[in-house]
Amino acid sequence: MFAYVVRRVLYAVPILIGVNLITFALFFVVNTPDDMARMQLGARRVTPEAVEKWKAERGYDLPLVWNAAAQGTGKATRTIFFQKSVRLFVFDFGYSEDKRDIAAEIKARMWPSLALALPVFLVGLAVCISFALLMAFFRATYLDFWGVVLCVAMMSISTLFYIIGGQYVASKVWHLVPISGYAGGLDAAKFLALPVLIGVISGIGASSRWYRTLFLEEMGKDYVRTARAKGLAESVVLFRHVLKNALIPILTGVVVVIPLLFLGSLLSESFFGIPGLGSYTIDAIQAQDFAVVRSMVFIGSVLYIAGLILTDISYTLVDPRIRLE
Amino acid sequence: MRVLPLLLVLLAGCGEVWNNPYPAADRGGNILYSVFADRPKHLDPAQSYTSDEAIFTRQVYEPPLQYHYLKRPYELIPLTAAEVPRPRLVEKGGSTYSIYEIRIKPGIRYQPHPAFVSENQNLREKAIERLNSPYDLPLGTRELTADDYVYQIKRLAHPQLHTPIFGLMSEYIVGLKEYAERLKDAVRPGQWLDLREHALEGVTRVDAHTYRVMLKGRYPQFAYWLAMPFFAPMPWEAEKFFHQPGMAEKNFTLDWWPVGTGPFMLSQNDPNARMVLERNPNFRGEAYPSAGEAGDAARGLLADAGKTMPFVDKAVYTREKEAIPLWNKFLQGYYDLSGISSDNFDQAVRISLEGDAALTPEMETRGIRLDTTIAPTIYYLGANWLDPVVGGSMGGAAAERARKLRQALAIAVDWEEYLSIFANGRGVPSYSPLAPGIFGFREGAEAINPVTHEWKDGKARRRPLEAARKLLAEAGYPEGRDAGTGQPLVLYLDTTSRGPGDKAVIDWWRKQFAKLSVQFEPRQTDWNRFQEKLRKGSTQLFIVGWSADYPDPENFMFLLHGPQSRAKNQGENASNYLNPEFDALFERMRNMPNSRERQQVIDRMIEIFRHDAPWIGGFHPKNFALFHSWLGNAKVNEISGNGLKYLRVAPAGRDAARREWNQPVIWPTLLLLLVLVLSAVPAFLGYRRRERMSARPAP
Amino acid sequence: MPVVLVTDVLVWLLVAAAAGYAIYCRRHAHLAGPWGRVFRSPAAMASLVVLGAYVALGLLDSLHFRPALAQKADAPSAYASEVLSVLDLGLAQLRGRGEKTYSAPLATRSYAKELIEQPDGRQLRDFPRLRFGGAQLHDEADWAADVAQRALGGLAVSVLLSFVVLLGTKILKKKRPDIPWQAAGISLGALLLLAGPAVALSSVYHVLGTDKVGQDVFYLALKSVRTSLVIGTVTTLVLLPVGIALGTMAGYFKGWIDDVIQYIYTTLNSIPGVLLIAAAVLMMQVYIDLHPETFPTAVQRADLRLLFLCVILGLTSWTGLARLLRGETLKLSQLEYIQAAHAFGVRDTRILARHILPNVSHIVIIAMVMDFSGLVLAEAVLSYVGVGVDPSTNSFGTMINAARLEMSREPVVWWALATAFTFMFALVLAANLFADAVRDGFDPRVRM
Repeated sequence: MFAYVVRRVLYAVPILIGVNLITFALFFVVNTPDDMARMQLGARRVTPEAVEKWKAERGYDLPLVWNAAAQGTGKATRTIFFQKSVRLFVFDFGYSEDKRDIAAEIKARMWPSLALALPVFLVGLAVCISFALLMAFFRATYLDFWGVVLCVAMMSISTLFYIIGGQYVASKVWHLVPISGYAGGLDAAKFLALPVLIGVISGIGASSRWYRTLFLEEMGKDYVRTARAKGLAESVVLFRHVLKNALIPILTGVVVVIPLLFLGSLLSESFFGIPGLGSYTIDAIQAQDFAVVRSMVFIGSVLYIAGLILTDISYTLVDPRIRLE
Repeated sequence: MRVLPLLLVLLAGCGEVWNNPYPAADRGGNILYSVFADRPKHLDPAQSYTSDEAIFTRQVYEPPLQYHYLKRPYELIPLTAAEVPRPRLVEKGGSTYSIYEIRIKPGIRYQPHPAFVSENQNLREKAIERLNSPYDLPLGTRELTADDYVYQIKRLAHPQLHTPIFGLMSEYIVGLKEYAERLKDAVRPGQWLDLREHALEGVTRVDAHTYRVMLKGRYPQFAYWLAMPFFAPMPWEAEKFFHQPGMAEKNFTLDWWPVGTGPFMLSQNDPNARMVLERNPNFRGEAYPSAGEAGDAARGLLADAGKTMPFVDKAVYTREKEAIPLWNKFLQGYYDLSGISSDNFDQAVRISLEGDAALTPEMETRGIRLDTTIAPTIYYLGANWLDPVVGGSMGGAAAERARKLRQALAIAVDWEEYLSIFANGRGVPSYSPLAPGIFGFREGAEAINPVTHEWKDGKARRRPLEAARKLLAEAGYPEGRDAGTGQPLVLYLDTTSRGPGDKAVIDWWRKQFAKLSVQFEPRQTDWNRFQEKLRKGSTQLFIVGWSADYPDPENFMFLLHGPQSRAKNQGENASNYLNPEFDALFERMRNMPNSRERQQVIDRMIEIFRHDAPWIGGFHPKNFALFHSWLGNAKVNEISGNGLKYLRVAPAGRDAARREWNQPVIWPTLLLLLVLVLSAVPAFLGYRRRERMSARPAP
Repeated sequence: MPVVLVTDVLVWLLVAAAAGYAIYCRRHAHLAGPWGRVFRSPAAMASLVVLGAYVALGLLDSLHFRPALAQKADAPSAYASEVLSVLDLGLAQLRGRGEKTYSAPLATRSYAKELIEQPDGRQLRDFPRLRFGGAQLHDEADWAADVAQRALGGLAVSVLLSFVVLLGTKILKKKRPDIPWQAAGISLGALLLLAGPAVALSSVYHVLGTDKVGQDVFYLALKSVRTSLVIGTVTTLVLLPVGIALGTMAGYFKGWIDDVIQYIYTTLNSIPGVLLIAAAVLMMQVYIDLHPETFPTAVQRADLRLLFLCVILGLTSWTGLARLLRGETLKLSQLEYIQAAHAFGVRDTRILARHILPNVSHIVIIAMVMDFSGLVLAEAVLSYVGVGVDPSTNSFGTMINAARLEMSREPVVWWALATAFTFMFALVLAANLFADAVRDGFDPRVRM
């Protein structure tokens, strides 16, 4: 198992290099370092000297991937790509183009993101499982039918409508919560109540329906029939046996997203003015801050790979037949 | 399930609002609440240039001069200087120099800051790492001296700082360009460069409270620059303090933690969410102005005359990226002042036929007040002078044809309609490069551009389309078809707009050209590409804007100055307009004091501009600001930006209003919960029935 | 002068391919069977009618041309730079009748008060009459009667048509009793009942109001349909070849090919999707800007951006399909008949084409219909973030984006958002229901 994890981590290195290459290529096909400098320096009274100075200061005056003028290995290392990518692998993110320390920024913004994403994830999971269980329990009755209809209807509505509608009704008409913003500590609750609620509701449709199918599949199995035959109450069958076994695919399925919770939610954060990593990423794209975009992509990839490894491990934990080699 | 409704009822009973975004402890405080949209990039006075940054820098940093808060047209008055300096002209070696000697008031002290405590200049990295804010350290202060002003001017040439006006200033301040070269050799990476050890020829200290700036030639506009933070004082201690190793990793830099003598100090700096300015306890106190524009007394703007500023203890700025939350929070009383976006406009304001704006009754009942002002800004539809169809650089008959084409377009493009559709009439069409309120701008019938407008019944009216069609025919495009080939004339417009309303704007433009049967093709690009096209001069028609640095005609006319061409010299003349007579007049006008003679020169320049029509019309935006009843002394000042110290709030009135406007509505939530509970009842009954069933037939 | 946009070509190619596939299916029992199961589901038939209506709109909107300009007799013919579609011709009335700004559905007066100069020179602050909405009314007191009369007129026609439809289903029922024609008939009837009054009223009113610059919201919604359909279908067209080829190859060849393909899709998957799309869309924009001569009109540029959005969405979402196919192929290649084919020396390409591909086709079909609704929803979100379709393209995303600013108005402007919601909801719901039926029809587990 340990050896397996080590191998997977090593396997991550070529993936991360690939991710870096793709980000780099996409970004610099769009932007020359000159564009970045002008974007940062603004439109007023910008001289070519100022642009050169900006580039030199941030190391953007080197060639992109191949430095023909340098000596020996310098041909490959004295380039923007090498200089900017290598440091990422030791998690040294450096400074954003407007000279803020990216690591400090990420540390500060991680908490608001988590404060939103974690409750949405946990409450959402609990609500969806309960709802699915309810539908499974009352299968083939009007409750089940309308439950499924409700699910299909809910998953046919764009998240944007949930957010816009929720904000309008709860904040503007009913004055229940502040319309946007964020504060640290306990004050965060009043800012997060609505985004969490909306996050949960917008996820109910698809997940509940999926979990319901899993439950029904499980209920068709022989051991359930045996349990019923033994005369166990339906509720006991459902909660003791079906729930436990159906949870395995559900939980192993969601493990992969847990690390990604750190990245926050792009939409909610920008609609509700929560200063998390999601809105950081959007801002960086709009400001064409390559240093930040590169760092966020790198972190995203690392977390995704971590999620994959965690998934594999979770399989071995719930199913002793599986061995990782 | 059962606790929640109970809780809701209990909470509602308190009569307290739920949606207050601020901590309960701040209630009733003498605090001003406002917003900022974009995170400021630079708060270092040598680098900061945008209006989002000015919100903070202008309250902290004090340059020698400022603009009068109430008087219009804008007037320069002393801030830390004893008086507005007058240049002394000297002849040396055949050329003219102007010398500004600036005396500052004695006894001004800096805000409390750790840099003024000598122990803090030698901190260990570990100690810095533990800090949450530089203000956690012991604080000190010292008196403001002329050396600090000299130090800051030297910083404009600092090789590690990006000063937007360095290029401009190095043309004037004696020795600044060479100084920058010398500093490039002196700078050591990672080490603090002590500028006191390097003398700058043109800027000298006379005594502790006097310094002298020597400029090449005449440059009357320099006084305006002296009212901008570029020329604010910078204590060398602050620079040294923030250069200690470990500071930058904590984002403790001068760019983020300003140090000044102004009425406020930046005590909390979280550019993602909240910036807080707090009253500077060492502030010397400044008297509220006792004279203003006509009507200011009636509007209560002189009630505080002579009283000591600032009036508020604290100003909390919240980051608000989206227009909807901003507007709603203003209506709920959580922001004391607000601008109006086009979408909320007719909710708040009604415009009379004469163009006067007044608040809607709904707003008036809330006690909201409105202030409008025309910004010293211009947006224009430029024609690229280098373009073979609409330009003027090809000379001869072709240039004359293009000139007529531009004039025809200038009549056809109905900027009045543009403003009424897309800006709710928040702006006035421009007749010349000058914005209203700037010296040289003429009022009434004299203001209008006779090419595009005529004066009828005391109003400017756009000339009829026939006039445009006639000009178009003279230009060789009768009915929008090339007289030679019969092919339709196609014109291209470059824009950067990429928002949701774009389609409507483009459709509107298509309609304008269609009036003359001219075919129209939009070319929308992103900001970078648009700028690049302007730099290369590869546009045909384009829309750009300029907002003035200072209220002087020179700051507008230079947008048409030939040598400032964007394509040739990377200047601000985006249309690359070139007319030798105009350029000669500009050189003359630039150095003149405001006088009859200057007005005559400007009149002639405007006449040339209208004849050549390098810009096909444009507009000056009008800014509308709304103030709540509890905010006193509020008046929009587009140029100065240091208005926070004048403002006053009445917290008691604000708290009452917030309570009244934000009572939570709970019954729908309760109803919803009830429905949820009720819908579970049949389920429960079904469950009971099933559990009690004794046996079932096989399915 | 006809204008051929790239997405037009692809859309019509898709139509041709679908028709070809349908004929192919009829001839082959193993395909006709599952599809027969799909068509025997009432929900599928009902949603198919709704989808059909959307597709008809989208196809009409996929025939573009540039209208000719009036020229003098001797001059060569010339064309306007504006590009229209056949749908625009049909909706010429809706398109041309722009008001100044907002007006509520069926309103005769503007939504915002203005100062109006009376004929006698006095000024009055009131809601001005609309230029087109209800302009035929001399007395506004007749408004209710007029609306009711026109609506009833439209309704009468649609009731008549619905009756014909009902009769039609009865006849069809006799021919193919196994197919739930009633469901389709009811759904078509409901559509007709909605469309009748809407058409009757839209000739003189703005049925769904107007937006900020006075455009008819009904028109905007109808024009947005094509974008949604293109995103939902062309994207799958892009991802299918890549997903199928790489997925089956990885599963069949194993070894280093499998490693490389797995590496590619893990790498692509690990980049946060929005970032990848944003960067790619921006890149496209730069390419267009640098080659203005290749795309002479704004419509062509917008169209290319739409196509590119489909391509990039396809390239980021093929990984899911590839993974499914890889697993299935791994399983299949262990089966005896494939091993036998190997032993006989059949070429790999032939085995893949003859034996593997037909046996994974149900996965492909299911993936295709399931992806559709997700992609339609994704378009709205991407356009909100600013990396979706070109702002000049009509789409539900741009509509929502523009409309959400209106929610802060007092009184609230709800109709644009409500329209976008309804049109999108109907499309996605129909797609979801149809996808369910297809999955049930094709899923081998159900067959057992």
